[in-house]
This record gives sequence, C-alpha cells and structure tokens, in this order.
Amino acid sequence: MYAQMIKTAGTGVKSREEMTEQERAFQDKIDADIKIEPKDWMPDDYRATLIRQIGQHAHSEIVGQLPEGNWITRAPTLERKAILLAKVQDEAGHGLYLYCAAETLGVSRDEITEMLLDGRMKYSSIFNYPTLNWADIGAVGWLVDGAAIMNQVPLQRTSFGPYSRAMIRICKEESFHQRQGYDAIRKMAEGTPEQRRMAQDAMNRLWYPSLMMFGPSDKESVHSAQSMAWKIKINTNDELRQKFVDQTVPQAEYLGLSIPDPDLKWNEARGHYDYTDPDWSEFFDVIKGNGPCNVDRLAARNKAWDDGKWVRDGLLAHARKKRTRNLAAE
Amino acid sequence: MTRDEAILQFLLRMGDNTLILGHRVSEWCGHAPVLEEDIALANTALDLIGQTQMWLGLAGDIDGGKSADDLAFLRDAWDFRNVLLVEVPNGDFGRTLMRQFLFDAWHSIMLGRLMKSSDERVAAIAAKASKEVTYHLERSGDTVVGLGDGTEESHARMQEALDYLWPYVGEMFASDDVDAEMVAAGITPNPASLRAEYDALIMRVLSEATLTIPESRFAHKGGRDGRMHTEHLGHLLTQMQWLQRAYPGASW
Repeated sequence: MYAQMIKTAGTGVKSREEMTEQERAFQDKIDADIKIEPKDWMPDDYRATLIRQIGQHAHSEIVGQLPEGNWITRAPTLERKAILLAKVQDEAGHGLYLYCAAETLGVSRDEITEMLLDGRMKYSSIFNYPTLNWADIGAVGWLVDGAAIMNQVPLQRTSFGPYSRAMIRICKEESFHQRQGYDAIRKMAEGTPEQRRMAQDAMNRLWYPSLMMFGPSDKESVHSAQSMAWKIKINTNDELRQKFVDQTVPQAEYLGLSIPDPDLKWNEARGHYDYTDPDWSEFFDVIKGNGPCNVDRLAARNKAWDDGKWVRDGLLAHARKKRTRNLAAE
Repeated sequence: MTRDEAILQFLLRMGDNTLILGHRVSEWCGHAPVLEEDIALANTALDLIGQTQMWLGLAGDIDGGKSADDLAFLRDAWDFRNVLLVEVPNGDFGRTLMRQFLFDAWHSIMLGRLMKSSDERVAAIAAKASKEVTYHLERSGDTVVGLGDGTEESHARMQEALDYLWPYVGEMFASDDVDAEMVAAGITPNPASLRAEYDALIMRVLSEATLTIPESRFAHKGGRDGRMHTEHLGHLLTQMQWLQRAYPGASW
C-alpha cells in the first residue's frame, strides 16, 4: 500500500441520527458489503478522500519506477535485467489502472498528475530513499512490496468497485514481485562476503523506512475512523505494521540477515514480536519534503513531463488531423 | 574462416544489436513523456533482452560453452558486433523512436528471411523474435508518423532525428566475408538484398510522416565488424558490466 496520512475529508464519523436519508442508505450499502460504483450517489467527502488515496497510490507506482529504474542499466545478469524490467513495467501498469479508477470519480489523469508535480499530492515516503547497491533491488521487492501487499490484500474488499477491482489485479502481480525480491536478496545473502555485506546494508537502510510505509502509529492517526467506516481503510496502521514484522522476522532469520533493532524479540504473551517504532520525526521530515531523494524524485518527474510536452502535443495534433481527414473523406 | 567462426560472428551481430538497443531503451525507464510510453518502452527493452538471451545463448554454445551472460558482461568494446546505430545515445524521445523505427524495419525484414534459414536453431529464434518485432515496428512506425505529422515542433524534431541517424542506416546492409560464408551455407540472406524492401517500407512510413529522407548515402561503419565503434559504447559497457567486473565470479 502506498497511501499514508490520507486526510479523510469531512468532520468525522456521523451517527445515524446525524446522517441524511441518502447518507444512511449509502452507509447501509457499505455495511452490507455492496460495492459503490461510479454512477452511484456518494458523499462528497467519500469521493474527495478516495481521490486522494487512489491518487497517492497511483503516484507512488509512478515515482516508484525511479529507484528501481536506477539499477536497470546495471543489473548484473540478463535474467535479472529482464525480471526488473518486467517488474517496473508492471508498476507503471498499476499506475495506469489506478489513474483510471480515479478518473471514474471525476478527476482526469492530467489533473492529478499536475497535483503530484506541483507538490499538492504526495506519494509514499519510501520512494524518497535511495537504492544504493544491487541488494536494494531485492530488498525493495521483499520489504517494500511486502509491506505494500499487507495493505493491498485487504483493500481488495474496499467499498469502491473500481478501486477494489484494480487492487485484485495489482495484488496478483505484487506477490510475484515480492517473490522475485526475496529470491534476489537470498542469492546475495548466500553469496560472497561482499554480496552479504550489500544485503545487510540494504536491510539496515530499508527496514525502518519500510515500517514507515504503514503510516504513523494509531495513537497519532487522526483520520482513520471515518475511512474505516467507509471501508476504504480496512485495518489500522499498527495492526498492519505488526503483521508485517511478524511475517518478515523469520524470513530475515532464514537469510541470516540481522534486523537493525536490538529490542526486537518474540513476546510469547502477545503472540507477536515486540519491535521498535521508526523514528517518527524522520518520517515527518520525509513527508514534508526533506527525505534524501524528495527533491530529485520530483525534479525527475517534472523533467519527464516538461520534456514530453512536445510529444504529447504532437501525437494529439496528429490524431486531430487524422480525424478531420477521415471526416472529410466520408 | 571456418563455418563455426562465421556463424559465431553472425550470432554476435544479432545478439549485440538487441543487447545494446535493449539497454539504450531501458535507460528511459520512469522518464517517458506519458505513462503508456513508459510501459511500451519497458516492454520493447524486455523483448530485446529476451532475444539477446537466445542469440547470445546460442553464440556461447558455439564459443566453447560460454553463457550469454559471459558474452554480454565480460567482453570489451572491440569484441562487440552491433551496428553503430543502436549504440548512439537516446537523445530526445523523437530520436529514440526514430532509431527504433529505422532498426525495427531492418530487424523485421531480416528476421522474416532468417525464419527460412538452413540452420534450424537460427530459424527457431527468428520465428520467436519475429512476432515481437512485428509489433515493435507497428508501434515505432505509428509513433514516427504521429510525431512527424503532428505539430511544427514535433515535425522539426523528427526531421532532425532522421537527419542525425540516417548516416547510421547503411551499415545494416553492408557485407563482408562472414556474410559470404553465411550466405553460401544458406544460413542468412545477403544483407544488401534487404535494402530494396527496406527502402520501400521506410519510404512509405516516412512520407506519411511528412519527413524527407536525406539524399546522402554515406554510411558510418565499424560496428558489425568491431573495427571502430563510437565513443559511446565504452560508457554504456562501463555501466552495464560494472557489477560483473567489480565482483568477478560472484553469482547473482
């Protein structure tokens, strides 16, 4: 999941008495697990929140091409290069489904792209961290896609039909991404001392940023209740983070990689691992634009968009000419 | 030159073309003008890398049991046999797509002929690659038409791209002793024999794109025989081969 800190529109969860008749009927549908479709009536705040959430998710897929693309030209074998290309191509495809889902809510792809480019909309904090060695590519698949899947699997049941259907397609591909990531880092962990060093270095740098992907702790997460009532958020941030830690620790042990958290330990009574929270001040810095790569990532996206203007204009002009010629020929 | 030496050179020419072009196209990842183009460029690069695995895989078998990776990552520039066209830098999106079109047109005709090769291994690879390349050509041709016949600016950029790349076209039709040996064995066509069909094909697309083919027939050469690559290839290999060179013997 690539949506963090989505500000839920509105004033909070209304009681049934506070709701209008339309709102009550809407909530009843959601409670009965009936999907909301684009032409159905929906509260303005539900629409606005979904646009933010789907938009942020889509932008994350697009910006997420950059840290992975950083290694395509240096992939160490033809097979790894092909796998990485296929994966990045999938991510761009996910962006496309999600922009289409957002369009059904009445916002065009160009409009929300511009909101990304001028900083009004965000993408996941994780993509503001650099990929510095080849093991990072494995770690991104294993940890980052692993964290994303934690959130995306429940979102397959989200209340908005187009979003739910996009999620179902995306989850199929993400589980392949996670497997290839784990395979890539396993090869490094089982490799030469230098390769093990790369793998451990990737783990050291990416562990806490991966935990941050779930957003702030529930105590500080002020937007959750309404989004959960609308079923556009299914689990709390801390529930998902715990699930991720519980799943990942044994995998790291299998690889012989240590998790950079001296206080990490199994808690028999809770039936979960106890772990140290990420440094939330770092998280808020990254969200505010002060992560290691924020400026470069956004500059790269802006450059692609600006440099591509003549291409988009050219293709559009040609399509218009062709239409005019075809009409004239009829 | 023995038959095996000649076929090895031929396979390196095919595989190095797809390897180097695939690499160049992959440099676009995340930077294309529109999302659909990002997807299409990654897809094209992916096809080309897949074809490289087949061509260089077979070359490695003949070359004493080397792997495709050995050939891709452990040869220096002078042993590469790709045409110069595929190693020139991407330039803007227009030049990238024009280069793709000029190569795809040759590639599709070449693969069509190779499907009838007397060497079954070559014919099988060509048959598989040909399906992908038919689509590459359709897409790059459509894009060249769209941009050539788009706005004033897109037209000017596409003409500039064609003017820049045109001197690199002729090398695809050059021939030497390797080709003579391959033609005699019925393995490949004579490269020169593809030119008429190529000219007709590109003439049709470029005229629809309202672009003018330069009159000069001058051709830069030196890639397909390794005599003299451009300065660009060394930089490309520096990046591509870095991990394999820095950590010899590691398995990835």
